[in-house]
Amino acid sequence: MAPLVRDSALVWLASGVVGVSFGAIAVAGGLPVWVPVLMSLIVYAGSAQFSAVGVLLAGGGPVAAAATGLLLNTRTAAFSLAVADVIGGRGRLARFLGAHLVTDETVAFTLAQTDPVRRRAAFWVNGLGLFAAWNTGVLAGALAGSALGDTAAYGLDAAFPAVLVALVLPALREDAGIRQAAVLGAAVALAVTPAVPAGVPVLLALAGLLVYGRKRATA
Amino acid sequence: MSATVAMMLALAVGTYAFRLVGPVLYGRVELRPKVRESMSAGAIVLLAALLATGAMTEGGDFAGWARPVGVVVGGVLAWRRAPFVVVVLGAAVTTAVLRAAGAG
Repeated sequence: MAPLVRDSALVWLASGVVGVSFGAIAVAGGLPVWVPVLMSLIVYAGSAQFSAVGVLLAGGGPVAAAATGLLLNTRTAAFSLAVADVIGGRGRLARFLGAHLVTDETVAFTLAQTDPVRRRAAFWVNGLGLFAAWNTGVLAGALAGSALGDTAAYGLDAAFPAVLVALVLPALREDAGIRQAAVLGAAVALAVTPAVPAGVPVLLALAGLLVYGRKRATA
Repeated sequence: MSATVAMMLALAVGTYAFRLVGPVLYGRVELRPKVRESMSAGAIVLLAALLATGAMTEGGDFAGWARPVGVVVGGVLAWRRAPFVVVVLGAAVTTAVLRAAGAG
């Protein structure tokens, strides 16, 4: 439990700082304080929020903003399937509350655990903490304006991919089938990124599963 | 302002619907072990693609060298089984230092 909290705390801190910048950007762009704050509570998905607000502030209109955010969040359906055993069997409240906590980072933390008990603990500890950190950060940023300046200067944009590297690497190291599927999928995603809307590259990465399925079928 | 509220609600409801797919199907649809195995492999593939695009690109373009170099440093540390905190801070500090030195 202690290592889980220690590792999660770093992600909470980083997310809180990014939340501050989200709140500050939204308010600096002319949105009232309650918009980023409410959005973070009910949408709770960093990349989709940044994109939706970005489209809105660029004058793209609310329909385009919602569509962009939704496209980015389609992946949460796949993630919710991957952690369904953790949140699915535990009564209605846990199911409905748990669904809202499905994010990239929390799913990565959950899947990095091997036994079911630790998985469940990882999901709830990381998920609830991340929800608190993100929303606290956004509120602080929205109230304070742009107090922290540019988060790129701290290298925070490199921290989030690195979090995923650390959490995904054990699975990649262990299973050659998953490794090949992941490398192929990542290559597909990178190749199509300049040409397709945000959110689509990651979905197309699932094509990598084709080699995984075939390997299993012939094994 | 009502259009902004409608946008937020649409995004919130749609996102929540995506997130409910797993918990709602759980226990109702009996999945073959093979399908279940592919689903957790799929999540890893998605996370790997997220980290690759997150490391390399920004708004559809190349993100500049500072970020991917930082992530690679994090990856090497992770490969050598460094603690999680070292991996993440190693990546962030590398990128921050490269930026301070003038790299993109």
